[in-house]
Amino acid sequence: MYLARVLGRVVATRKVPGLEGVALQWIQPLDEAGEASGKALVACAAVSSGPGDLVHFVDGREGALACPRPFVPVDAAIMGFVEEAVVRGKHIGRT
Amino acid sequence: MLIGQVLGSVVATQKDERLEALKLLVVRVHDHENNPTEQYVVAVDAVQAGHGDLVLFATGSSARQTELTEGKPCDAVIMAVVDSWDLDGKNVYEKWREGP
Repeated sequence: MYLARVLGRVVATRKVPGLEGVALQWIQPLDEAGEASGKALVACAAVSSGPGDLVHFVDGREGALACPRPFVPVDAAIMGFVEEAVVRGKHIGRT
Repeated sequence: MLIGQVLGSVVATQKDERLEALKLLVVRVHDHENNPTEQYVVAVDAVQAGHGDLVLFATGSSARQTELTEGKPCDAVIMAVVDSWDLDGKNVYEKWREGP
């Protein structure tokens, strides 16, 4: 799992069966200092996250397991909110 | 998942028989600000995407988790057609604005 910041929301009406009602959000993965690391990607949201939130997400096939129906082509999913992360005494919190 | 634009289709007569009847599309990856990148993928189309559409695609073993691609040698699948997105409340892409 990785830390990320939610950047925004994606709207898609036409989706494969099983993804109805699943929210899609752009997220920016973060490094241990809370700085952007790598490219932004789109993830399914298993929690009611929104832009600005600090979250953790899982990538790969496991992402599909976080969705209401697990047999869906999902390779990244937001698993939960991060209230605060502490790395070597430095706090990475919500904005 | 990543977002990309459908630029074309792939015709391949000689292929694994499990790929028969699947539509393969060439997708150019866009970043979150809708700038095209130099990254391209060939993906199986599971949502009847059209030429020029911005689509969402999943890669890796997740791509096999559709009725269309289950058990087939496929590592990228188009699983949604994007209507719009916003960043921090600011609209970046709106499909209807792009025109036909």
